[in-house]
Amino acid sequence: MRRGSLKWPVFVGCVLPVLWLIGRGITGDLGANPIEEITHETGIWTFRFLLGTLAITPLCALTAWSRLMSVRRMVGLFAFFYACLHFSTYLVLDWFFDFEAIIDDVVNRRYITAGFIGFAMLIPLALTSTHAMLRRLGSRRWQQLHRLVYVSAIAGAAHFLWQEKADLQRPGIYIGCLALLLGIRVWQRARSRWRTRVSG
Amino acid sequence: MLIQNPPDIASSEITDEHAYLNRRQFVRGVTGTALGVVAAGLVPGTVAEAGDVGQQEIQNVKPGPFRTDEPQNSFEDITSYNNYYEFGLDKRDPSRNAHTLTTSPWTIQVDGHVAKPADYHIEDLLKGIAFEERVYRLRCVEAWSMVVPWVGFPLSTLIKRFGPTSGAKYVEFTTVLRPSEMPGVRRPVLDWPYVEGLRMDEAMHPLTILAVGLYGKTLLNQNGAPVRLVVPWKYGFKSVKSIVRMRFTSEQPRTAWNKATPNEYGFYANVNPTVDHPRWSQRSERRIGRFFRQATLMFNGYDDQVASLYNGMDLRRFY
Repeated sequence: MRRGSLKWPVFVGCVLPVLWLIGRGITGDLGANPIEEITHETGIWTFRFLLGTLAITPLCALTAWSRLMSVRRMVGLFAFFYACLHFSTYLVLDWFFDFEAIIDDVVNRRYITAGFIGFAMLIPLALTSTHAMLRRLGSRRWQQLHRLVYVSAIAGAAHFLWQEKADLQRPGIYIGCLALLLGIRVWQRARSRWRTRVSG
Repeated sequence: MLIQNPPDIASSEITDEHAYLNRRQFVRGVTGTALGVVAAGLVPGTVAEAGDVGQQEIQNVKPGPFRTDEPQNSFEDITSYNNYYEFGLDKRDPSRNAHTLTTSPWTIQVDGHVAKPADYHIEDLLKGIAFEERVYRLRCVEAWSMVVPWVGFPLSTLIKRFGPTSGAKYVEFTTVLRPSEMPGVRRPVLDWPYVEGLRMDEAMHPLTILAVGLYGKTLLNQNGAPVRLVVPWKYGFKSVKSIVRMRFTSEQPRTAWNKATPNEYGFYANVNPTVDHPRWSQRSERRIGRFFRQATLMFNGYDDQVASLYNGMDLRRFY
């Protein structure tokens, strides 16, 4: 890694939330229901990292700060890391491998179904995140596959919204951010199509 | 006579009572107000100052019936993990924010189909009341549970004093609404004030109590000070906190959560492992402080006492 690389500071920033959570666990600051707290924290950080990943491309375009692009994969992998923590919390701490109950949940509760889809969509992306896999797939197919991140983020948004009991403000803010990030892409696509049509 | 002891007062209660007495002695020692407590204890039903975060020791509390011998949740857990949306949506918000609520003076408006409607001062209502410790399971609709040693008395004691008339089929309870002291009501998360209700036979049931304390002391605001309902066979949201009004009605009250999401929260809200919440299973629950989930019991384990109230009712329809 060359001097002045963004990778180290961003890496440190990405592990801070989990270190903070562990610290709170050690000092007994997770409250009366630690499993619920861990579930909520790992979940919200997964969504934040997904938003962060999706923000990098438009930010590079808008600010011409292209060095940001060098950390996009890492931030995306951290989204997957937090999703894994979130899913393992559900699997181990919440249900302790009670697969009967888990399957019932995944099939019958739409917010769990959405969360499960969102998590599952991230797995192929993490597996094909290496340069070697990019070469093997070819850049076009790789890019097509990695559009799954949009499906995952939308499923994550539904998961977030549908688990809420009464107050939609908090998921609303996050989903607004996601809508903005997806909207920028739709707008850019529409604009570039229009330009090619005009020039062609 | 001895043979007629109900099964609720099991042999296990004897040890419980010892632990209970020891704990009270311990609390007295720690608070260092033993003399004051003993002096005040000579007057039945009075409340002596313990000088501990505004809480007061409640005197002459007798062990009540229906007590569970399951391990009780800690005072810390019971007072820091609360749903009281008027003080914020996070479980810890009420313990941080509820101290702003003024609970004295406190009056309860009693109206509707009742012989003695009036605005009652809480001191007058509690005069001559025999306080009992009721150790109850509390099952939240969110699939967690606790065991709480409430101090209170049967709601029926008060209702009989008010003299409900034949038109009284339900009781509607209202929580205090004071925007200047309740940061959570600035946004319309629920249709404030918080309203709950019971059918008359549910309200008169010996399990149904009004609680004024827990662990031998007056309630902290986050637990619904100065007086709250406790209906242990129903999901926790039925047990309305900080009551300022009791209205005796002929029609089923329109309750807060039912108005907000009618397909998720019914009027009855009896704990029932066979009727799932639309978004999660009610078959099991996490007892706060334990790792493994445990099976949820029908009527939260009080089916012997209350199942007969719902004979012939389709509990899937009347959830």
